[in-house]
Amino acid sequence: MAEKEIDQPTGVETTGHEWDGIKELNNPLPRWWVIVFYISIIWSVIYWVFMPSWPGINGYLKGVRNHTERANVEASMAELAAARSEQMSRLLAVESLGEIENDPELLQYTLKAGESIFGDNCATCHGAGGQGFTGYPALVDDAWIWGGSLSDIQQTIRYGIRSGHADTRFNMMQAFGRDGLLPADQISDLVEYVTALSGREADEAAVERAAPVFAQQCATCHGAEGRGDPAQGAPNLTDPIWLYGGDKITIQETLYQGRGGVMPAWSDRLSEEQIAALAVYVHSLGGGE
Amino acid sequence: MTSVSPRAATATTGGGDIPFIAAALGIGLLLALFVAARAADPLMSAHAFMFAAAFVGGGFALVHHVSSGAKADPTGYEFGVVKAGVFASVFWGLAGFLVGVVIAAQLAFPNIFYFSDFGWTNFGRLRPLHTSAVIFAFGGNVLIATSFYVVQRTSRAKLWGGLAPWFVFWGYQLFIVIAATGYLMGVTQSREYAEPEWYADLWLTLVWVVYLLVFLGTLLKRKEPHIYVANWFYLAFIVTIAMLHIVNNLAIPVSLTGVKSYSLFAGVQDALTQWWYGHNAVGFFLTAGFLAIMYYFIPKQADRPVYSYRLSIIHFWALIFIYIWAGPHHLHYTALPEWAQTLGMTFSIMLWMPSWGGMINGLMTLSGAWDKLRTDPVLRMMVVSVAFYGMSTFEGPLMSVRAVNSLSHYTDWTIGHVHSGALGWVGYISFGALYCLTPWLWKRKSLYSNALVEWHFWVSTIGILLYITSMWVSGIMQGLMWRAYDAFGFLEYSFVETVEAMHPYYIIRMTGGLLFLVGALIMAYNLWRTAKGDVREKEFAPSPALAPAE
Repeated sequence: MAEKEIDQPTGVETTGHEWDGIKELNNPLPRWWVIVFYISIIWSVIYWVFMPSWPGINGYLKGVRNHTERANVEASMAELAAARSEQMSRLLAVESLGEIENDPELLQYTLKAGESIFGDNCATCHGAGGQGFTGYPALVDDAWIWGGSLSDIQQTIRYGIRSGHADTRFNMMQAFGRDGLLPADQISDLVEYVTALSGREADEAAVERAAPVFAQQCATCHGAEGRGDPAQGAPNLTDPIWLYGGDKITIQETLYQGRGGVMPAWSDRLSEEQIAALAVYVHSLGGGE
Repeated sequence: MTSVSPRAATATTGGGDIPFIAAALGIGLLLALFVAARAADPLMSAHAFMFAAAFVGGGFALVHHVSSGAKADPTGYEFGVVKAGVFASVFWGLAGFLVGVVIAAQLAFPNIFYFSDFGWTNFGRLRPLHTSAVIFAFGGNVLIATSFYVVQRTSRAKLWGGLAPWFVFWGYQLFIVIAATGYLMGVTQSREYAEPEWYADLWLTLVWVVYLLVFLGTLLKRKEPHIYVANWFYLAFIVTIAMLHIVNNLAIPVSLTGVKSYSLFAGVQDALTQWWYGHNAVGFFLTAGFLAIMYYFIPKQADRPVYSYRLSIIHFWALIFIYIWAGPHHLHYTALPEWAQTLGMTFSIMLWMPSWGGMINGLMTLSGAWDKLRTDPVLRMMVVSVAFYGMSTFEGPLMSVRAVNSLSHYTDWTIGHVHSGALGWVGYISFGALYCLTPWLWKRKSLYSNALVEWHFWVSTIGILLYITSMWVSGIMQGLMWRAYDAFGFLEYSFVETVEAMHPYYIIRMTGGLLFLVGALIMAYNLWRTAKGDVREKEFAPSPALAPAE
């Protein structure tokens, strides 16, 4: 063992131990370190006195504050419910949702509620501002596949579309190609026809050939002029708004394989007040009818 | 450096244990092939074949060992396994950092880095690959390699157990490969930092017990009267990790030939067991273990005595005693009973000073040698590491306070906190140790280049700062946005708006991670050239570590 010695630069005695050339100084514990350590221990003991702490055989020390986080949460939830209850009950009492839009105070409340509910339930598919994505309709424009009135929107939210709910809205764009309902050349002609419907350039001969096919196969839902039918959930084909895309390749794909996106039913997940608020909010986003 | 060597060992690598090892390998091979043939699922079959391949490889290595006549290391120490550990550390470090950059990119640009045809590239599979690679593969190899080096040097004794240290090394690599390939194939028991399934856990238990025996055996035959402080920390790390690993992984396999198992715990007990483990993996793996590295490599590189023997004793025992109770602070505002939350929080507060004891001892060891920070980038890296350690061990108790936790929990602040500890403390002290070990082990006069260490230091430091500051801002912003209410009592922001707001910070974080990876690549090149024996021209200043004593 090495002898105790005085370390040159610091003037402190070593402990006399040495390992692989490493020695140790015999410095005392830093005073501030000891003090802060004691303070943290004393503070902890005081905290145990006030808050729930050490467990025993039958329960635990409740602490003199008798603090419970569960009670706090319940109290603050009750406070929130009470603060909201007046406007919420008015929301349920209206005869039609249209009344809400004529009551500025209630409308302001409803839109705030709707915005919050929309953000956490709808924005994932329809976008934070309702701008929509491919396959997920935009809610900010004038085009409404299943109708844009307050009650239409409310019904869509409640029961969904192709959602599996007993009261769901339902229709189906047929897979004309895949299911062999139309031959390939007629589908190609229809692509030209649909392109022409929205006022774009298309092969005139093909459009002419497709006219009787359209009348026979498509007009039932989309209407003789292709303007769509919200009662059946058939999109308008004459405007520049496309759910899946309006280029020829996408139209061809739509005709070949059909379409049938799903909107979930929310009646089991949201309360009636929430659905009402949501309907008013969505109605306010763009061109609600 | 003292040149005192242990008595050149002759018998320990010799014949007695060879038949036993061969028999163990044979039994292992038979068992692996049996499981492979009877496997209940293709995942187990794949893993059983990997085990079988490893045992065959072990057999070839044994034959080579015997036929080549097993020369004893001329130093009288067993440094071969340490060299292998240095190599493995650098390799797994680069792999782990790379996966980290990949998943940071996935978070910043989820639409670009999403490959639906390659399920194994999903964030959910790569994330545990990253955490396990950096903590257990990189960190674990650094700990095993440095502990094998330090315990020999400070005990003046060759590693105990003949070939056992090599079993620890290769057994640990096998565990890493089983764990990593398991994550990619979808094998997980969904316990954070303990994802490997039951059979990998059993294998690691075996490896770890042998590791403990090697370490203890070496300590027992030491030729120094006292056990050096670094070895206390290594021993605490090895013993506690064994306990944590075994308790947290108690599970019943569905089938002995299938990968799936179910935990022995349920509900909140399960959560508490998991975070008792998770928190103490930080405490005893990433803190105690790396403090051991600090206690050897900083005094060695600075050529100064440890600041205070008394402080090392007091803070060691305080740290060991208090750390183990702090786990419940991971479960604030959950179903965990409030009394347990209180205890977790108060023990975390009391842990502050014991943690800082290590920082004081590390930093104050430089008393009388502060000028070396200017000239020695390796020492500077280790000192900055201790500074990051001090910062994150202050931040930890702060975040354990329930009121602070209600804001910080589940946000990126936690990620920033973890990475100031991981990149700053664990990363830098490991790099420092690797920069020291490479010239020592390969007997080079100096590193290939000190200028490259400077580059590594600055590139990585900028990377770390970008990483942790962006996560602080993003995390606190996230927490504030989540709790913002409007005048009517409705949430001000939807979740997707908070995700959108984090986008720029995720890009900054990814950049920070990339810089850290670049720094590590510079290190890998430098260490490789050092091991080869090259010295960069134009740089003639010898490494201060090997300069003659003043």
